[in-house]
Amino acid sequence: MTVRVQEETFDIGAEAGAFAVRAGGQAGAVVTFTGVVRDRPGGGLREMVIEHYPGMTERALSSIEAEAVSRWALTDSLIIHRFGPLAPGDQIMMVATAAPHRADAFAAAEYLMDYLKSRAPFWKKEIAADGAEWVAARDEDEAALHRW
Amino acid sequence: MIQVMYFAWVRERIGLPREKVETSAGTVRDLVEELAAREARYAAAFADLSALRVALDQELADFDAPLDGVREVAFFPPMTGG
Repeated sequence: MTVRVQEETFDIGAEAGAFAVRAGGQAGAVVTFTGVVRDRPGGGLREMVIEHYPGMTERALSSIEAEAVSRWALTDSLIIHRFGPLAPGDQIMMVATAAPHRADAFAAAEYLMDYLKSRAPFWKKEIAADGAEWVAARDEDEAALHRW
Repeated sequence: MIQVMYFAWVRERIGLPREKVETSAGTVRDLVEELAAREARYAAAFADLSALRVALDQELADFDAPLDGVREVAFFPPMTGG
């Protein structure tokens, strides 16, 4: 079980590869998800700045991860989340789960994603040529928590 | 003495990321009332509590939570991770 909060980028392939190797023979399934900075539909996003609450961020992510481990038969999990200024196309975060069977690995990865969207103290600000604005939380993201 | 922290647009509106506050407020709501009464920028930041979340010692809490023994209070908008 690993949580990393960092400003620097990460190598998706290297992280996924190392995670799969670490999962070893007990895991029949490894799921990875990577979140990427999405440009506006017509383009024009210059930068996305991610602010976070050092200390609480790590605690919240660890507690979300511990909850996932208690609900599904995971052999390992990983959460990486970046902060600071990012450009369109940059990866923001990654989760990986390993389990004996894929249903647990998929469900746990979705759970981690749903919870870290609305329960981990990160805030996104979009900087574009026409101004800057904080990304508003979406009702759908809050509603997504009710399915668990 | 409580450390009060502000994030995202709350930080921008108030104009500082953190400050020490001397208070005898019993609950988060009481503290919000004290802060909002200070200056217009605080009143603006705390105008709509439904747009805000609060954490006490780095755990999410609600506005009626007591402040007994709390060292750090953080105010911020709903989170947008992922």
